Amino acid sequence: MDALITLILQYLVPAAIIAVVFSLVLFLLPREVRTIFKRELKAYFTSPIAYVLFVVFLGISNGLAFFFFKVLESGEADIFGPFFQWLPWYFVIIIPAVGMRLWSEEQRLGTMELVFTMPIAPWQAIFGKYLAAAVIVFLMLVLTCPIVWTVNYLGNPDNGVIFSGYVASLMLALSFLAVTSAVSAFTRSQIVAYLISLVIALVMVLGSFPDVVDLTMNISGIGGFLAGLINKIGVWLHFSEMAKGNFQIRDFVFFLSIIGFSLFATAVALRVKRS
Amino acid sequence: MIEVENLRKQFGTKVAVDGISFTVKKGEVLGFLGPNGAGKSTTMRMVTGYLPPTAGVITVGGENIETNEISAKSKIGYLPENAPLYSDMTVEGFLKFCGEMRGIRPKDLKAAVNKAIDTCFLDKVRHQSVETLSKGFRHRTCFAQSIIHDPEVLILDEPTDGLDPNQKHEVRNLIKRMGETKAIIFSTHILEEVDASCSRAIIIDRGAIIADGTPDELKSRSKNAGAVMLRARGLAGSGIEGELNKLGEVSSVEVLDSTDDSIRARIRAAKGKADQLSSAIYQMTEGKKIVIDELRVEEGRLDELFREITKSDMED
Ligand SMILES: Nc1ncnc2c1ncn2[C@@H]1O[C@H](COP(=O)(O)OP(=O)(O)O)[C@@H](O)[C@H]1O
Ligand SMILES: [Mg+2]
Repeated sequence: MDALITLILQYLVPAAIIAVVFSLVLFLLPREVRTIFKRELKAYFTSPIAYVLFVVFLGISNGLAFFFFKVLESGEADIFGPFFQWLPWYFVIIIPAVGMRLWSEEQRLGTMELVFTMPIAPWQAIFGKYLAAAVIVFLMLVLTCPIVWTVNYLGNPDNGVIFSGYVASLMLALSFLAVTSAVSAFTRSQIVAYLISLVIALVMVLGSFPDVVDLTMNISGIGGFLAGLINKIGVWLHFSEMAKGNFQIRDFVFFLSIIGFSLFATAVALRVKRS
Repeated sequence: MIEVENLRKQFGTKVAVDGISFTVKKGEVLGFLGPNGAGKSTTMRMVTGYLPPTAGVITVGGENIETNEISAKSKIGYLPENAPLYSDMTVEGFLKFCGEMRGIRPKDLKAAVNKAIDTCFLDKVRHQSVETLSKGFRHRTCFAQSIIHDPEVLILDEPTDGLDPNQKHEVRNLIKRMGETKAIIFSTHILEEVDASCSRAIIIDRGAIIADGTPDELKSRSKNAGAVMLRARGLAGSGIEGELNKLGEVSSVEVLDSTDDSIRARIRAAKGKADQLSSAIYQMTEGKKIVIDELRVEEGRLDELFREITKSDMED
């Protein structure tokens, strides 16, 4: 009974707060952004893609997590090992699939010509569409909650750390999503957008992955410079520190600048496409 | 309402639009004619603010489309070429979305959507998914989108493309009717459409304006305008061609068809004599046994002018 109450307090209350904040933000958004956002979100649920992605992501993440729980025989109910540390890899596959349609479909259908002749600013369209995809990603993460229930059932985990795991995962997923948005602005093909975004996301995960850093550390010359650059956009350290509950401003700044830069790149790409 | 000055557009090294200027006032319908690739769509994309011009100035309703983008765009309704639509929406859902984007207030939205649906005869398909629409309905749905906010300026890129003859007729009438209170530009390569709904037409070729005027003015510029068509019988080898040539009012006789007894010919007037040509021909035949079946002054034809002054891609 106590466990149940804790559970409610720790998850349902934050969830309700998120929902309220979310509706408030939505309400406060400019009309143009809100209109684009609503259309895009509806589009996700009228095509089968969103459902397929939900099933695939939840299948992989929940399924594998339970598998790793067994393997690790985790008495401490540690959730990072079996769950959060694998999320970047799932994201590399899933997030480009969520975002690939954002601007490529708009170009394939020719509706971009409608959007950019309406009396709205380009950033409003870019942001509204991104926000809709972000909600899909957010829902995906929320639906992994059975794992949280399970670790709470198995033992007494630090739910604060679990929360940080989710924050880190969300930041990472939103970064990949913004990158995908930018890539999709360059092509009218969803498949091309998917593949290129996947490769970029993969490089971003591998970039500061400890083993890769060890391997590339001794390269010199141009190769070394490139390796250094890739290390810089590597997300692994930022993600794992954050996910373990070590919140640092610089990690937030890192993810937010990737998102900001990518959305800006989306705007530039779309502008170039139109000239 | 629409003022375009020295508009230019260059894609890489290719010049698509090369110094076009025109104005369209309220109550005017301007037709854009021109062969494929002439630069009609590119011009319209710049006027609607979709493409930034390489050079030139565009103002719509007094607002510069580049510096006052949002307020200029809010005055325009636009039907792009090929009528793009979101295939995952219903007709009604799509129109609601466009109305909202155009800033129609929620309480007026339903009425605006209904009006656009009525105007474009979409009632039958209002709940149907755009994906399953026939080409004619797709086109009209996108058309409905362009008029949903009752804009002062309408820009329609091939609005009758893909419609059947009845629908084409409806749309032409619609354009003509709306042209009374709006400034409209529409492009087409169907020349009768210009006659049916334009108050003025521009012929564009290779990015430049090569003719500009009312449909009647343009027609009168075609080579055969003012020529007289003659069809006559009872000649009995009388050498009528020679006699016609002797007339001072005649510059040339083009025999289209002839037998010993009959002739069909196009007769062109000498300079400054166009007015007297047909009566001179008539008088010449008087007192002879000749029977005139047809004696008609040609008013000229747009398609002739079009072919005379534009070069088709195939001749390149
Ligand atoms: N985005 C573009 N990039 C390069 N060339 C283009 C682009 N859009 C149009 N063109 C070229 O510009 C010319 C004019 O095209 P367009 O305006 O579509 O002609 P129209 O509508 O009169 O048929 C064509 O030669 C076309 O190939
Ligand atoms: Mg065209």
